[in-house]
Order: sequence, then C-alpha cells, then structure tokens
Amino acid sequence: MKDGFRQCMAWLHTWTGLIVGWVLFFVFVTGTVGYFHEEVSRWMKPELPLQQSKQVVDKAPLIDHALNRLEQVAPDAASWSINLPHYSVAARNWQGFSIRWEEMPKPEHKWGARGSEQLDSVTGGVAAPDPEARATGGGFRLYRMHYALHYLPYEVAIYIVGVCTMLMLIAIVTGVITHKKIFKDFFTFRGGKGQRSWLDAHNLVSVMALPFFLMITYSGLVFFLFNYMPAGLGAMYGISESQREVFFDEFYGGDHEHLAIGRPAVALAPLVTHAEAQWGVDQVRSVSIEHEAGEAPTIVVTRVGGNRVDYRADEFRYHAQTGEPLPPEDPDSATRQTQSVMLALHEGKFADIWTRWLYFAASLLGCVMIGTGLVLWTVKRRKQHLGAPNTPVWEGFGLKLVETLNVATLAGLPLGIAAYLWANRLLPVDLTDRAAWEVHSMFSVWLCTLFYALLRPLARSWIELLWATCAAYALLPVLNVLTTDRHLGVTLVHGDWVLAGVDLTLWGLAAIFGYMAVKVTRRLAPAVQPAKESDAPVAIGRAKRGQV
Amino acid sequence: MATLTAAYRWSVAARVAAAVIGGYALTSALTVFFALIWPTTKADALAASTMLSFTVYTGIVIWVFAESSIKRIWAVLVGATALVAGASWLLMGVRTWS
Repeated sequence: MKDGFRQCMAWLHTWTGLIVGWVLFFVFVTGTVGYFHEEVSRWMKPELPLQQSKQVVDKAPLIDHALNRLEQVAPDAASWSINLPHYSVAARNWQGFSIRWEEMPKPEHKWGARGSEQLDSVTGGVAAPDPEARATGGGFRLYRMHYALHYLPYEVAIYIVGVCTMLMLIAIVTGVITHKKIFKDFFTFRGGKGQRSWLDAHNLVSVMALPFFLMITYSGLVFFLFNYMPAGLGAMYGISESQREVFFDEFYGGDHEHLAIGRPAVALAPLVTHAEAQWGVDQVRSVSIEHEAGEAPTIVVTRVGGNRVDYRADEFRYHAQTGEPLPPEDPDSATRQTQSVMLALHEGKFADIWTRWLYFAASLLGCVMIGTGLVLWTVKRRKQHLGAPNTPVWEGFGLKLVETLNVATLAGLPLGIAAYLWANRLLPVDLTDRAAWEVHSMFSVWLCTLFYALLRPLARSWIELLWATCAAYALLPVLNVLTTDRHLGVTLVHGDWVLAGVDLTLWGLAAIFGYMAVKVTRRLAPAVQPAKESDAPVAIGRAKRGQV
Repeated sequence: MATLTAAYRWSVAARVAAAVIGGYALTSALTVFFALIWPTTKADALAASTMLSFTVYTGIVIWVFAESSIKRIWAVLVGATALVAGASWLLMGVRTWS
C-alpha cells in the first residue's frame, strides 16, 4: 500500500467513493425528492381539489356519527378507530374525518379484514369520494427508488443499495481522516483554480452537512439491519422464517389476540375534550377502541404526531367500560428506542415544514458532495494525463468512462426526473399502464443522455445537457398552465402553497442548472487563457477525446 | 500517472478480498459475540450488536487498508474470526437469558 496512514485513507476514500458514486447520486437525488414526496404526488394529481381550508368543528357530533357508522359496517370488530380532522405533520396536509376498523380474524387467520371510510363531518354519512385522479406513480414512486431502485427485484435492489451505502459510510469516515485541517478548510474556497477549486468545493460541502451525511448513511443501513448483517439473528434464533419471527415478536412486540369490541359504555367526547385541554385544539389525531385478550377493553386517545422524534405518539388510555384512566403502555427498551430514533431521523416524518426544508437542503448538499467528488476524480486524472503522454490505453479508457458516466448521471438524471414530470402531464390520461410509462419515460430519457454523452465532445455534452435540464424544469410550470387548472395563476391566488411550492421549486431547480450551465460555458470559452490547460471538467473537452 | 506494477495490483486485489470476505466474516463473528455478552435481554442484545456491526466493519476495513503487510492482514482476520467464533460457540452453550 501507499506510505502513511493518511495517504492510505485518501486512497480508500477516492476509490470507495468512485465505484459507488453514481448509484449513490441516484439514491441521494431520489431520496431528496422523498422529503417532499407527498407534495409531488399531489402535484402529479391535478384532478384533486385545492388545499382545503381548516374548519373548526365540534367533536362530539363527529364521534357520535362515527360510532353509529362503525356499528353498522363493522359490528364484529377487533378494533375501531375514529380519525378526527387534524393537520398531519408527516403528510403535511389536512386529514379529514374518517373511520377505520379491523374485523375479527377468521379461524386460522392472523389478521382480520381491514376497512376505512371518509365521513362527512356535517351529515355523518359517507363523504363524497375525491374526484378520480390520473394514474401516476407520484412522488412516492421516486422516493421508493432510493432504496428499491427500479426494474430490479426488491431483494436484489436493497442489497445493491446496501453495499453502496456501506461503502459510502467508509468513504465518509476515511474522508474525515484524510482531512487534516477540517476546521480551517471549512472557511477556504479558492475559486477559478480548477482542481483546487473542485477540492475546496467538495470539502466545504461535505463538512457543512457532515452530521447529516453520517446520520443518513448509518440509519439507511439500520433500515435493513438483518438483511445486511444476518449473522447474529441466524446464530441466536435460527434462520427459518418462524425462528426469525420469534425474534421480531420479542423485539418489536408481538401481536396479541384480540377480543371482539362494541360501542364503549363511556362517552368519548369528554375524553377528547380533556386531551385537547392538555395538548391543544385539534391536537387529537384519533380515538380507538380495542380489547386485547387478558387486558381491559381500552380506549386510546392519540395525539397528532410531530412533537417528538420517534414514531410513538403521546396517548391517553382509558377503561372502555368504567372510564378510569389506565397506565401508559410499557416504554420500548433502550435498544428499540435507539433504533426508532435512527429510523425517524432518516425519514424526518416528525419535521415541520421548515425542518423539512432543512432536510431537503442537507440532502441536496449530499448530491453536491457526491457530484463534486466524482468530477474531482476526473479533473485530477485529466491533469496527470496531460502531463504524461505515454499513459496506457486502458487508463485513458477508464478516464473517458468516468467522464461520460459523470455527465450522463449528474446532468442526465435530473433531466430524466424532469421527463418523469413531463410524462405525467403529457401522457394520455386513459393510457394503459400509465404510471409505468411515466417511469419508462424517465429512464429512457436518462439512457438517451448517456448516448448523447458518448457521441458529443465532453464539454459540449456538459453544456448542452445542463441547458436542456434547465429548460426542462423552467418550462414545467408553463406546461402546467397549458395542461391543467392547478397552475401558479390559480394556486397562488388560492393560497395553495403545496402546489405553488412545487412549481416554484421547479423554477428554483431550473435556476440552479442554468447557473451551472453558465459557469460551465464560461469555463469552456477557448479565448480565455489559452495557454493554461485549465482543469475544470468542462475544459477537458478541449483536449479532444481521440487524443487520449 | 506512472504505470502501476503487477505487484501493486495484486496487493490491492488481496486487500479488497480481505476487506470484503475476511472483514465481513470477522464482523459477523464479532456481532454474534457482542450479542452474547451484552448485559440485557436476548432480543435487545442482538439488535444492539447488529446495529453496531456497521461501525465494526468500517473499522476493520480501515485497518485492512492501513496495515502494511498483507500476510499479517490475512493472519489476523482468519485468526480473530476463528477465535471469536469459537468463543461465541462456547458462550452460546452457557449464556442464559433473563
């Protein structure tokens, strides 16, 4: 190996980062979208109504309506749940009045059939359904790709992402070790200096959101804990499905046998009033009734999520027959809580809208970290190549491969995602497998950018693809005006900030790509500093590919 | 860039193999071992030790690429894996869970 610990770590950082960089870029970009996947989904279903304004309603008649309806539709149930109107932090929208139930399981079955209904808060009858929206994968389809990829079996995909994530963790740790002057370099940026500038940018961005990168990478591995590191589970519990089940029941809590429930003797409305006095108006998410074998029949009043990081919401529990308060459920073990918090931090479901933007920004910085790292690799080697004319052919090939993949990924993937949104507006609404064709559009455009990058001189393909991506995002809100009545002219007037926010963010992205395109074009201008073989990746195009 | 020698390439390949195969084997053995000595319930011990395994693996990979002698790398990886796996096997017989 090379001499010196730091040199070894720099080597490890470079190569672990390079070989998984493109997959990680894909994971980070689609994961970044994931922080707003609900908003994107709504944008992709323009048939849905505009954001509902909040109506303050008296809870008591609602609860009565709900219980009457539940008695009708699910008289023999294992559980009932009444969802009161509330603002959901996780979904960032107003949740209407609805009921859910689980029927008693049939013999030999573990779970009973589940059902749910949206109710009208005035009449108590079943609410008119939302207008049927176009078939679309929505933001969720993009979000899902960040761990399950696409066109691959789930089991294969999560291992590919897992290996890449593990290498990312190693790249982050070795990157920190390599970085001698981590504090000083944080305030250092030497612009317009080619390789030096790329290194500075990579350092700056990486250090800026370092805790986020470590958290997101490590917690990503924890999501698939026992897929990636099954040794302990196999040795201590066994490898068969039922043996694994024993562990999962012990760790996550098994399911208990449920007894049939009915309308509780206790009035529910005062319990909700009491809870609202503690938590605030409209802070009750649901009231549910269940009866586990060996326990008292229980009423659970649950708080709207978002006031704590992990998934467990605050709740009050009461005896369904007597109304006396019941003690809270046993808290999770420390280990289980540690895991919950890691997963919750990753998903950021607790985050309010501003924290969500912080997640989005940190996640975008992750894309920039990976992007600058990939470019840095080529810039450094291109410089060495230009100095040494006798480089072996395969090294030139390697460099060209990385350069091409960089353009096709860093500029091409965002263009592919723009194509996904374009397809959502342009594909005929009655197309068979419409949602699948949205995704095919995304990947075929992305593939085309790869061919484009192969055929065009490198610098030209950077500039042209960046401009194309800029245009694709800039025109999306315009396309929205032409094809829907959920465009900025309507959404801004109506104050629907979710839909308007998506359109405005698309313009923000267009601005970022436009800025990059301008920077790259300037760098390319051959009149400037002809003597200095500049080493920005864009300047690479000047050395024609054939000469490598 | 100077042309890399065949010896250098072999050295890199041997390290990559050691990190991927040997490192993963040792991490697996240590995961079982930590789970067996963790002073808590069986399920918690297993989950805690498995969550920690990614840190352990990172450490091992870093060591593999920092250590100068490839022979020593393989000797340590094989030796430690055998030792830890053996210790775990013995512990498995005697460890009782609350």
